[in-house]
Amino acid sequence: MAKMNMVQAINLALKQEMEIDDSIIILGEDVGRDGGVFRVTDGLLELFGEERVIDTPLAESAIAGMSIGMAAYGLKPVCEIQFSGFSYENFHQIENHAARFRWRTRGRLTIPMVLRTPYGGGVRALEHHSESREAYWAHTPGLKMVIPSGPRNARALLVSAMRDPDPVIFYEAKGLYRAFREEVPEDPETIPIGLPRVIREGSGITLISYGAMTRTTISAAEFLAKQDGLEADVIDLLTLSPLNTDLIIESVKKTGRVVIVHEAPRSFGPGAEIISRIMEEAFFYLEMPPERVTGYDVIIPYFAREQEYIPGIERIVAAARRLFN
Amino acid sequence: MPRTPLPLTQDIDSLSILDEHGNLDHELEPELSNEKLLELYRAMVLGRKFDERMLDLQRQGRIGTFPPTKGQEAAQIGCSAVLEKKDWFVPSFRETPAEIHRGRSLESILLYYNGFNEGARIDPKQRDLPMSIPVASQILHAVGLGMAAKYRKTDEIVMSIFGDGATSEGDFHEALNCASVFRSPVIFVCQNNQWAISLPINKQMHSKTIAQKAAAYGMPGIQVDGNDILAVYSAAREAADRARRGEGPTFIECVTYRIMMHTTADDPSRYRMNEDVEKWKKKDPISRFTRYLIDKNILSEEGSKAIEKEILTEIQSSVEYAEKTMKNIGNPLEMFDHLYDELPPYTQTQKKELENLLAARGEGNHG
Repeated sequence: MAKMNMVQAINLALKQEMEIDDSIIILGEDVGRDGGVFRVTDGLLELFGEERVIDTPLAESAIAGMSIGMAAYGLKPVCEIQFSGFSYENFHQIENHAARFRWRTRGRLTIPMVLRTPYGGGVRALEHHSESREAYWAHTPGLKMVIPSGPRNARALLVSAMRDPDPVIFYEAKGLYRAFREEVPEDPETIPIGLPRVIREGSGITLISYGAMTRTTISAAEFLAKQDGLEADVIDLLTLSPLNTDLIIESVKKTGRVVIVHEAPRSFGPGAEIISRIMEEAFFYLEMPPERVTGYDVIIPYFAREQEYIPGIERIVAAARRLFN
Repeated sequence: MPRTPLPLTQDIDSLSILDEHGNLDHELEPELSNEKLLELYRAMVLGRKFDERMLDLQRQGRIGTFPPTKGQEAAQIGCSAVLEKKDWFVPSFRETPAEIHRGRSLESILLYYNGFNEGARIDPKQRDLPMSIPVASQILHAVGLGMAAKYRKTDEIVMSIFGDGATSEGDFHEALNCASVFRSPVIFVCQNNQWAISLPINKQMHSKTIAQKAAAYGMPGIQVDGNDILAVYSAAREAADRARRGEGPTFIECVTYRIMMHTTADDPSRYRMNEDVEKWKKKDPISRFTRYLIDKNILSEEGSKAIEKEILTEIQSSVEYAEKTMKNIGNPLEMFDHLYDELPPYTQTQKKELENLLAARGEGNHG
């Protein structure tokens, strides 16, 4: 198995899937000649030509809208929006059309498209380049919202997304793009969309996270084990919508204590939904009120201060410790 | 360096073949068989009569809000007439006559405007997109469909219709620009009915014509008398042939008029003068075309009455059928269907929740 970073792993998923399915079309700003601003689509133009790797004009609504048209025809467009902060311009196409075509036409026309976009902070980017607004998409019925947390699952989830019959929003944590390498098998592997994973087992506390925050959460769990002798169950959601909470409920029933970690602002964020589900299904197992360690309810500050906005190990550990006081 | 005028050479034609006084430009008259001419006539009358009946039904509270199309029949049917079954039609929300002409059933329209999702179901044989309500958004879908048709190496073409108000939206610009860049085989048809709800065209834009915008995107553009079906047909024919030959998109501005209100929830007396409406009523596309057909001995007064009678019977039976159907499809659980390929477990739970509530009320078994 080759060791790859997340950029290479996503590139591999695109390449292998395009080889076996000629209905997959990549489109977006700078995805062709330039290989994407993060180089995720590097080399694909040379392999598949301009008909399948399309450099579009600078027009986010057009990228999503044309993808919808292609998907209605039966193609599988995988479009890239350069930064999630620019996808508000295409939000209306996704909300008003991609998410609704199946429902509106009573199943006659479906939109099997994937919209890939880098999200989140931590790479000292400009304003509008670091937002974490997954709640918008996860709140929209008819969409699927997938957020991988590393090279191997990014590859496997993207293959699943491309094979999915519904529109999938695929959030890639740009902080993870080149942060570390993992062994990624050459043979295509998939992870079903909608299934979280337990990535560390323990019975003292449940820590839940996804995307870029998964790594920080794991580090916090290791710190807690070492310093406090507290073993945490760590759950990586991988998919925010459809949200499956079976593992979470099971874990909370075991530990009675839960901390949810995400980079998105706290109010109305994914953590709020997860806690609601825990309240509905495992209220009597709780020893303490659940904690949320999240981005603050402010615009993510420019990069000189972003590290204080993004949840770090210190905040996660403090929250976990509060649950034992 | 001196200031010199740039050599922009694209001209925008204005086309009229049969004017409101019945004058016909024989040289420009399109070659259409008598059979085709009668088909177009019938489609226009059906569009008009159905629209009138819909307004009656709405006023009686038997359907919900809808956008009347009266006066725009030539613009719509003249365009849709050039499409083949294999081509794609991407309408906005005021294209009911064209949708019917493409094969949409009257019943489905009645169901739709009564708030039943079943009315938006598309016959699998139809290559039509459902009507789009967010203004201008559907134009981009047409560009994507055209790109897909091209990628699959077919000669299928796409027609997208929108109103004058849509040209103020960003999606309009993105669609024309991208279609031009990718030479997507799309016919852009702007139904310039001169009103974007309460806003007249001169407050919507300051360009002299809408057609001239085509020049900015590097595609052929033409303005046609939208109440003259021969002119609309000719322009659309030319655009369709061009698209099918792989020569890319064309822009057509049909100058017409929205005789009625924006939707039945709107009161146009608040923002426009009745004299204007009366002036445009004299340019009616159907009476103009009727005169043309009678002059050509294709249609007689009696023939016209017979067609009208047949259409009214068809509409009546559709209304009866739709009203009967509606009595049997009240099940609100339908809202959970077709959300995803597979319904997620928590949504299944919510469906069950509603099902139990309905059962407790004794309303669970409508359909």
